[in-house]
Amino acid sequence: MNAIVPPVAPPSAEIGCTDAPVLYERGQREVFCGLTGIVWLHRKIQDAFFLVVGSRTCAHLLQSAAGVMIFAEPRFATAVIEERDLAGLADANAELDRVVTRLVERRPDIKLLFLVGSCPSEVIKLDLFRAAERLSEAFAPRVRILSWSGSGIETTFTQGEDACLAALVPQMPAEAADAAPSLLVVGALAEVVEDQFVRLFGELGIDRVRFFPPRRSDDLPPVGPHTKLLLAQPFLAETARLLEKRGAQRLSAPFPFGVEGTTGWIGAAAKAFGVDDARFDAVVVPRAERARSALARQRDKLAGKSIFFFPDSQLEVPLARFAARELGMTLVEVGTPYLHRGHLAAELALLPAGTALSEGQDVDKQLDRARAARPDLTVCGLGLANPLEAEGLATKWSIELLFTPVHGFEQAADLAELFARPLVRRGRLKV
Amino acid sequence: MQLTVWTYEAPPHVGAMRIAAAMEGVHYVLHAPQGDTYADLLFTMIERARKRPPVTYTTFQARDLGGDTAELFKTSVKEAYERFRPQALLVGASCTAELIQDDPGGLAQALGLPVPVVPLELPAYQRKENWGAAETFYRLVRTLAGPSVPPPGSKRPPRAPDQAPRCNILGPTSLGFRHRDDVHEVTGLLHRLGIVVNVVAPLGASPADLARLGEADFNVVLYPETGYQAAQWLERSFGQKSTKVVPIGYGATCDFVTEVAALAGVDPAPVLADTRSRAPWYARSVDSTYLTGKRVFVFGDATHAIAAARIAAEELGFEVVGLGTYSREFAREVRAAAAKYGVEPLITDDYLDVEEKIAAAHPELVLGTQMERHTAKRLGVPCAVISAPVHVQDFPARYSPQMGFEGANVLFDTFVHPLMMGLEEHLLQMFREDFEFHADAAPSHLGSHGAAAAARAEAPSVTATAVAAAVAAPVAPVATPVLEPAAAVAAPVLDHASPVPSADGGPVSPPPASPPIRWAADAEKELRKIPFFVRGKARRNTERFAQDRGLSLITVETLYDAKAYYSR
Repeated sequence: MNAIVPPVAPPSAEIGCTDAPVLYERGQREVFCGLTGIVWLHRKIQDAFFLVVGSRTCAHLLQSAAGVMIFAEPRFATAVIEERDLAGLADANAELDRVVTRLVERRPDIKLLFLVGSCPSEVIKLDLFRAAERLSEAFAPRVRILSWSGSGIETTFTQGEDACLAALVPQMPAEAADAAPSLLVVGALAEVVEDQFVRLFGELGIDRVRFFPPRRSDDLPPVGPHTKLLLAQPFLAETARLLEKRGAQRLSAPFPFGVEGTTGWIGAAAKAFGVDDARFDAVVVPRAERARSALARQRDKLAGKSIFFFPDSQLEVPLARFAARELGMTLVEVGTPYLHRGHLAAELALLPAGTALSEGQDVDKQLDRARAARPDLTVCGLGLANPLEAEGLATKWSIELLFTPVHGFEQAADLAELFARPLVRRGRLKV
Repeated sequence: MQLTVWTYEAPPHVGAMRIAAAMEGVHYVLHAPQGDTYADLLFTMIERARKRPPVTYTTFQARDLGGDTAELFKTSVKEAYERFRPQALLVGASCTAELIQDDPGGLAQALGLPVPVVPLELPAYQRKENWGAAETFYRLVRTLAGPSVPPPGSKRPPRAPDQAPRCNILGPTSLGFRHRDDVHEVTGLLHRLGIVVNVVAPLGASPADLARLGEADFNVVLYPETGYQAAQWLERSFGQKSTKVVPIGYGATCDFVTEVAALAGVDPAPVLADTRSRAPWYARSVDSTYLTGKRVFVFGDATHAIAAARIAAEELGFEVVGLGTYSREFAREVRAAAAKYGVEPLITDDYLDVEEKIAAAHPELVLGTQMERHTAKRLGVPCAVISAPVHVQDFPARYSPQMGFEGANVLFDTFVHPLMMGLEEHLLQMFREDFEFHADAAPSHLGSHGAAAAARAEAPSVTATAVAAAVAAPVAPVATPVLEPAAAVAAPVLDHASPVPSADGGPVSPPPASPPIRWAADAEKELRKIPFFVRGKARRNTERFAQDRGLSLITVETLYDAKAYYSR
């Protein structure tokens, strides 16, 4: 498996953060809640509708996060809790039934309806799980109704996707007892990326590949003891746990960002499916080479620059690994809302030794650290980006890293370019 | 529960943030769960603020709900005070914290901070953003100006004869639609009247500024949505009168100048004699004739909707065919204005209601918020934005007031541009199949004069089409300079043919499905005499006319009956 050997960084004792200490902080968190996941999930599962049960704040958040998508008859909405719903719980359930009935009647194309919990619905203890069961019976078999929580008190940003997929796991069919080994790729990916991976796995001889979530809700992949689980995203703790409970075996791998990450990720699947080295090299090496040469141009702009990650999506650790090892950047601090040591094991092993890792956030203190370090590039949310730019720090707003296709070989240079562009721009502007 | 996709207004605590972010030296500690910080990016992205809004969120999570959220709140207040050292502190709860019933006001008071602490009660399940802003501003004014209120019954001392009249400007906030430039414009206007601006608040004001609000002689309320409540209190407490006219539009600005001059005891005549506004002349110039009777639908916050309707009707010669607002607090004012234009007032915060009403009114122009911009786009109707909520492009870099005489100029351009644009687009569509404008035609500057001449010869003659084109009313009369030469020929035709827009000014809708309607051969032949670019509309109008009357055969007579009907 020589192709899986890291292609960029030389072997050195200075690699690895497996047992590194992590600064754990609590305080004000400048992050989105899990409801935001709806914005990309509803594009992915094309016959699903997401009904948030929440307040005007929830509706306003979705509106702010979805930008112009809100005008395209999107498949999400908020049932806004009003004063009279707070009076008694029986009322709230009846109101919810009324809203759902109206919605299902108006949108006959919906096959799957998610009731999405929010902070207000959880604080008033509105039981959406039971509501989903009750409504599922009423609308069976036309519409399946499930629930999950995207509330800020439970979830941070991408954890919304985790909660949503976790709600879908019990709905997945069991694989046949005599099923051949199959590969299950978990995490919503851009369709173009999915298609690339299907071709790649196919050339390796891994034909039984399924993606989760599927594009249509009635096309849920089967799961069982012959299912090999490959996480495409680092924020799927609960989903992975439930899939493993159903017998699936998780493959330990770095995440498919950059040449090294993608090679390692594909390599983990190849190993599990007994693909021989010659075939692996024949399929992967040319693609890796192409990606590496595309990356080289961006590397020239970024090598030696320092980078600071504010916590946002849990993509920070894999992206930091990519930035350090393939772009030659120096890591000042890598913040993540939640550090899952199990799923990130392969990533932590590749991080430069001594990398400052932080989990959680106390935003004012973290801003003080960033100001003191004056990194060349700061990856952060939109609430912080312009204020930091005004202080003279170059920033890359992090949400774009979720909405842009960045996984896999063909997107490696695009990913690097996202980091390079703010620096190129600063170089260009003479005002 | 209300099913919602789009909301015109944010929850009330965002209104409070707009006040805090507008001011200097004020900090807001908001008891709120993780995620509510999303609102920060409204300020940093839409308004492109250079610093974070002065708000600290407690960011409680599920595991905190056991009982130490109150402690978390107190810690947050203490730390925020230590770090930011504000001159006044706002404390309150967002929608979720309202449910867990810690008492932000009581908890913060207990800390004994050396600055005024203003507790905010913002009922998140009843009220909305603008109310939250008005209430927050009022609470701040009351707390900070309260100590200088004279005892009840005392008379306001007369202004010294050598002192210029002074006023406050109330209402402008962060995230306000064009508030930045409106303040500049109105300040200039007051300056020309010889009136000194005492304090502008909340935008740019500090707590110390609010403390001296009582020193002014009267108040100018720019935005009743955010400033009215505080102005009422100032009137009761300091005997300060406040303005009622909002100076949006030429006429309203003149009225405003007159009103302010009366309050200040100065002569408005010099300012009224030299308004420095081009808008009235532009509206009178012949190029604007085609604006006459254009059907316009107006929706927005109450202040901007009422002002826009007046401009549309009195200053541009449009016909107001719809007027509405999402500001329930000012529904009465909007109803009164709607009565003036003889239209049904629309008071709603459901954008689907608005969309339905717009579609039914068949306007030729929509004046509204960002949402109406998209609705209008979907319906294929020109639109201009007159009110929040707005996107980033409506916080422009250039000077762009809505108020005052320069505001009137801005509004003339704003209202008319989409129509000109619509007209241009319409012309290009019309002539798309014309031999000069088809896809393979050489650009005219590479010139074949022969072709242009031929175009003139082949263009529909006035006599042949004057009759028929009216059936297709309302094709917009053509402003000659826009396109040539074909438009130059077409212009007189259409101008004569459709002097008055018809009731059918709406977007193209699919023809009704039943019952089947036949065209008599001679009627069909007559229809072909109509220029291709209005033929479709003529056909549809005639068919609709026939259908409404239960006719199954369209004759030449039906065609002309329809023409007569739609040209009314």
